Amino acid sequence: MSHLLDRLNFLKPKELERFSDGWGQVTREDRDWEETYRNRWRHDKIVRSTHGVNCTGSCSWKIYVKSGIVTWETQQTDYPRTRADLPNHEPRGCQRGASYSWYLYSANRVKHPLVRGRLMRMWRELRRTKSPVQAWAAIQKDPVLRAEYTRIRGKGGFVRASWDEATEIVAAANAWTAKTYGPDRVFGFSPIPAMSMVSYAAGSRYLSLLGGTCLSFYDWYCDLPPSSPQTWGEQTDVPESADWYNAGFLLIWGSNVPQTRTPDAHFYTEARYRGTKSAVICPDYSEASKFGDIWLNPKQGTDSALAMAMGHVILREFHLDRQAPYFEDYARKYTDMPMLVRLDEKDGRLVPGRMLRADDFDGKLGQTNNPDWKTVAFDDGTGGIVVPNGSVGFRWGEEGRWNLEERAGDKETRLRLSLILEEDHDEVVGVDFPYFGGAAHQHFVKCGHPDVLTRNIPARRVKLADGEALVVTVFDLFCANYGLDRGLGGAWIAKSYDEDLPYTPAWAEKITGVPADKTITVAREFALNAEKTHGKSMVILGAGLNHWYHMDMNYRGIINLLVMCGCVGQSGGGWSHYVGQEKLRPQTGWLPLAFALDWNRPPRQMNGTSAFYAHTDQWRYETLNVREILSPTAPEGDWDAALIDYNIRAERMGWLPSAPQLKTNPLEVAKAARAAGKDPKEYVVEGLKSGTLQMSCEDPDAPENWPRNLFVWRSNLLGSSGKGHEYFIKHLLGTDNGVMGKDLGAEGREKPKEAVWHDTAPEGKLDLLVCIDFRMSTTAVYADVVLPTASWYEKNDLNTSDMHPFIHPLQAAVDPAYESKSDWEIFKAIARKFSEVAPEILGVETDIVQAPILHDTPGELAQPHVRDWKKGECDLIPGKTAPNYVAVERDYPALYDRFVSVGPLLDTLGNGGKGIGWNTEAEIHELAKLNGVWADGPAKGRPKIVTDIDATEVILMLAPETNGEVAVKAWQALEKPTGRHHAHLAEGQEHNKIRFRDIAAQPRKIISSPTWSGIESEEVCYNAGYTNVHELIPWRTVTGRQQLYQDHLWMRAFGEALCQYRPPVDLKTITAEVNPETDRPHVVLNFITPHQKWGIHSTYSDNLHMLTLNRGGPVVWISEVDAKKAGIEDNDWIEAFNVNGALTARAVVSQRVKEGMTLMYHAQEKIVNTPGSEKTGIRGGIHNSVTRAVPKPTHMIGGYAQLAYGFNYYGTVGSNRDEFVIVRKMNKVDWLDRPATQEAAE
Amino acid sequence: MHNFLFGIYPYIALAVLVLGSIARYERDPFTWKSSSSQLLRRRQLILGSVLFHVGVIVIFFGHLIGLLTPIWVFDAVGISHGAKQTLAVVAGGIAGVMALAGGILLFHRRWTDPRIRTTSSFADIGILGLLIAQLVLGLLTIFVSLQHLDGHEMTKFMSWAQGIWTFDSAAASYIADVNILFKLHLFLGLTIFLLFPFTRLVHMLSVPLRYLYRPGYQIVRSRRRVALPERTGAVPHRAPERRGAPVAGTQPRPAE
Repeated sequence: MSHLLDRLNFLKPKELERFSDGWGQVTREDRDWEETYRNRWRHDKIVRSTHGVNCTGSCSWKIYVKSGIVTWETQQTDYPRTRADLPNHEPRGCQRGASYSWYLYSANRVKHPLVRGRLMRMWRELRRTKSPVQAWAAIQKDPVLRAEYTRIRGKGGFVRASWDEATEIVAAANAWTAKTYGPDRVFGFSPIPAMSMVSYAAGSRYLSLLGGTCLSFYDWYCDLPPSSPQTWGEQTDVPESADWYNAGFLLIWGSNVPQTRTPDAHFYTEARYRGTKSAVICPDYSEASKFGDIWLNPKQGTDSALAMAMGHVILREFHLDRQAPYFEDYARKYTDMPMLVRLDEKDGRLVPGRMLRADDFDGKLGQTNNPDWKTVAFDDGTGGIVVPNGSVGFRWGEEGRWNLEERAGDKETRLRLSLILEEDHDEVVGVDFPYFGGAAHQHFVKCGHPDVLTRNIPARRVKLADGEALVVTVFDLFCANYGLDRGLGGAWIAKSYDEDLPYTPAWAEKITGVPADKTITVAREFALNAEKTHGKSMVILGAGLNHWYHMDMNYRGIINLLVMCGCVGQSGGGWSHYVGQEKLRPQTGWLPLAFALDWNRPPRQMNGTSAFYAHTDQWRYETLNVREILSPTAPEGDWDAALIDYNIRAERMGWLPSAPQLKTNPLEVAKAARAAGKDPKEYVVEGLKSGTLQMSCEDPDAPENWPRNLFVWRSNLLGSSGKGHEYFIKHLLGTDNGVMGKDLGAEGREKPKEAVWHDTAPEGKLDLLVCIDFRMSTTAVYADVVLPTASWYEKNDLNTSDMHPFIHPLQAAVDPAYESKSDWEIFKAIARKFSEVAPEILGVETDIVQAPILHDTPGELAQPHVRDWKKGECDLIPGKTAPNYVAVERDYPALYDRFVSVGPLLDTLGNGGKGIGWNTEAEIHELAKLNGVWADGPAKGRPKIVTDIDATEVILMLAPETNGEVAVKAWQALEKPTGRHHAHLAEGQEHNKIRFRDIAAQPRKIISSPTWSGIESEEVCYNAGYTNVHELIPWRTVTGRQQLYQDHLWMRAFGEALCQYRPPVDLKTITAEVNPETDRPHVVLNFITPHQKWGIHSTYSDNLHMLTLNRGGPVVWISEVDAKKAGIEDNDWIEAFNVNGALTARAVVSQRVKEGMTLMYHAQEKIVNTPGSEKTGIRGGIHNSVTRAVPKPTHMIGGYAQLAYGFNYYGTVGSNRDEFVIVRKMNKVDWLDRPATQEAAE
Repeated sequence: MHNFLFGIYPYIALAVLVLGSIARYERDPFTWKSSSSQLLRRRQLILGSVLFHVGVIVIFFGHLIGLLTPIWVFDAVGISHGAKQTLAVVAGGIAGVMALAGGILLFHRRWTDPRIRTTSSFADIGILGLLIAQLVLGLLTIFVSLQHLDGHEMTKFMSWAQGIWTFDSAAASYIADVNILFKLHLFLGLTIFLLFPFTRLVHMLSVPLRYLYRPGYQIVRSRRRVALPERTGAVPHRAPERRGAPVAGTQPRPAE
């Protein structure tokens, strides 16, 4: 009906009746207009997907599609139930996720393949006469041509390309690089596979088939807590967020739950309703602070001092003055506290040495298998020394004794915790402990205690094979380290909490500023709750602690609290590290797909931090001298070397991986070995010994050792995670940069001993940077080739998290927008192109892969002592004293066929993970039926992996978490070493097999698997360490128990055998040269980079909603006091800089922030509203423009049980919070809006 | 040409005005609004808007009554042409100055305030400009009118306007010899009629006069076609007790 006629129709009364005494009127006016609003929310379909960012929220979403356009999204509400008396997972999602659909069609989306204009022009010119590989060779061999496009990176000038042309350039570059320098010069970087497993696997599968190098990310992001592998032999395993609800005491430490764990925060609120007590420890008044019953705000970077003081209180009140029975029992069974440590003499004084092993005794205490890896303790009953079950020596080479039963072999045993009783010790001796509190630099409190503290300990004389020795228990060392008086006399021990001695609460008050009585209260209540509830005290901890150089001390201080109180492995208790953590739940199903383990083993994997440290030449600017961090109690040794030298040693001894590996092309090495008629491994060993072959790590600046091609996908390396951003741009990319400092050579400082020094540092090492992204990120801006990828609502994939126990999909709600393709299709296209262009120069080749000594393999028992073959301390034995070298066949022409099929190695070698393996032939048969098989070609008869859904099915089929039959096989495999029955955890789930269509219908809870230390059950929430405590499966450490004493030589040398307070290191980045204008008002502040509020994790913040809610561009937070000092008002443009570079941002002046620090939210890129810097003259800079990665030697340790390398498991980490910056108001805000010069405009 | 502009163009303009408004009301009801910018900035708005609207309303009705009331009505009532002319000049002059002042204020605000400027459409600025131009022309005609206060000229316009409404084919000829200013004023006025449906002027047609007399404070729109049956005496008009839930069927159900 016509609106107008309806309106003008006065013939029929519009009023129906009145109500409320005539004040209300019911009319029958036309209501058609309501239809408009109804249509607004009408849609054609809803598709389940999620945001596959590196945010580990892993929330399932409903994606609404209308007329082929994604219109909006809402949270899914169909997660499987929890159980009675436990809140459900809904609501799950956050505002940032809900704003994603906006980005799908945003102007910043990459719409079609882009190639740097100058590169494109020369490519097209050369391609007229040359083949793709020759064309690439011609460009690379001509330094003028190469520099033409490399030195203008980041300055625009992209032109549109077809997929065919773009993939041809990439494939030709890869092929030529593999042929010329070696396939390991092709690098790839992508993070957090759990969030979109197939997308990650697409690139890593391509690289692994090629022989390229996959770089790790968890360590590079500094989200990996090295304390976790150190203590538990576990990368990271944490409780799901639902388990917070079961806690009696929740300690939130350096984590901002409501802001950065928004979808899970409701469990925190619900726990508060249940009556859980909560303390929040955070220097700034964060959003989490308001949840706390008490808020402690220590000075940033001093958390380990606070943790040590809390430990002091708990030990005093719950272990010494009164020993809580639950705590005592737990310490004896599940920790290394009863184990014996030998005291070594150093300059006439005693220092704690290695843990005593069966091997140290005459007759080796009857142990024939791995006696050097079996730790010993006193038995309380007999008083004699026993070899308790469960140490790592029992794990390999024998069966049935690797468990935590209270037995030593066949005999029952009860281990003795302490030798404190008069009859238990022979004498009381003074033992030296290092103290680092005096090393604090000017911005932290320095206290007057000496750097070595001698404390008395009860010791026992024991006769060993090499004579008599003094031994002590870890527990006694542990108590002495906390400075507790136990009536043994001596100095540096406190009788009361008020004494100013390390580590009393009064001492901590001076360092941290937290009043001693508050420290005592929190510690006491934490422990009291744990005693009453048997471990239901939990610590949620985060990046605020883990991003410091000495993060392990912050973390181990807290882990000590949890272990003292028996919280680890108990539901409602434990260590909840929620920092960039991910739980790729179907991990063992994913690994073969991702690293092409079905075709070749081993893959090339590299720890990201060491790679970037070397290849971006950050080591050339190293200001941290090893002498500054070495312990005064370090054993004799050649400790005087640069950090890069330590890394070289670690690579040489097989501790850390290398990339590239050998200076000579590994394909050529294999050819030479064949020509010489030698086994490739022997050939390499001889070459390394004689010096004809060199490891690349020794000379990272030699052109042969540069990384040549770099793929960055699912990542914004240059806009977000790249610590030392300006060094990346200078040395790796070779374009305009803001590095203001000079390198060690120019400064005339001490140069590294082992790394070859080139007087002129190379600039522009990369031949080709390929960025695969859906948005024009900072990385894309600097790339040579940008490929548009499908985003999270446009592809099929899998997603899991450790915040909840479900697996759910990403699905294509719409086709990829514009010309984009899913990551799987992109790498398939590159692989296909590679197989087309490579045969010109590459056939079936033999590649020599260098592999480090790996955790969870028998090799982890390689090095009970540190010996360097290069110094002649031992022979070079691959896989034992050095990396292993394995010949791998690469069929380059068939690379594509291999990419799209499941290879035969799974049939012959089986599958497995974390030290156990199982036969998986049945699953391969199932896959053949499900996905179909290739009828001919090089992969004839093999199951297909053509589509991304095929790829998900491979993962789901092979993983125990999603295939009950495999779970039972896996648990049975674990029963062999432990000698206990575990399969009951999965029996009954045997016929439960999750397919992609199942999770498309509803998220599914995974099946308990031995890959993880928690279980899925009707009784408890998922909690880390649960199977260790309740199934008596040992932790994968030297003692098989929670390892509080780190006895590796390097750990002792760097003073971290036991936890100590270590102040932040002095990186010396505020120099006189960098700030000559001292009269201009400025402040020097500690630079802290937490996660932002208005950004999808670290992926982006540049959509209209989020920019509007924040300030529309980069901001830094500073305190009111500091702002006043520097004459800065809220919203002023400021500049923050140091020798590493400079950044521009607006100031947010806030009471939230503590004086002396500045917060800059992570991942604010320079592509939105960022002016030029006065200091560097180039645009802005990002948060990482003022940082530089500094590796730590203790993170390089390998070949030593839990301290052995694993990809993303252990290795150097890219810490960044010890950095200081000068902050000042900008005089002139220059937007650099001038027209480009002719040169740059091209 | 003269015949086209004042004999044919008025029909075009009025036809577009009527049909265009109906079409817009039917097809694009959500654009039928005054597009007030009060939410963006109050500054200058209240003074400018009140002056403008009061002035324009007086002028509008002045023109309406002055032009379309048949001449014999004035004669019958006994208002001389001269008196009417004087009234028109004085009242129109005052209202015109008010409206012009208000219009200039509003135009200044719309042109210089960055928020208002950015959210203004071409039509928003254009129509305001045209209205101001029309006011200026109208005020200028006063000076012409002052030269013949006898009101003779004015009757020409009345004849023309009434001629248009009565389909008098000679309507245009009545004003063939008037001052060019009047012609411009008329032409511009017709053009504003023509543009009316395409601008925010349509809000004139939706003045919420009903608010003044409608009975309810709470209006419930129902899809029911018939009123509920009258309540009988069996159900008390007001429940004596307020405790407990109302018994089903006893309470009026205003909306369904």
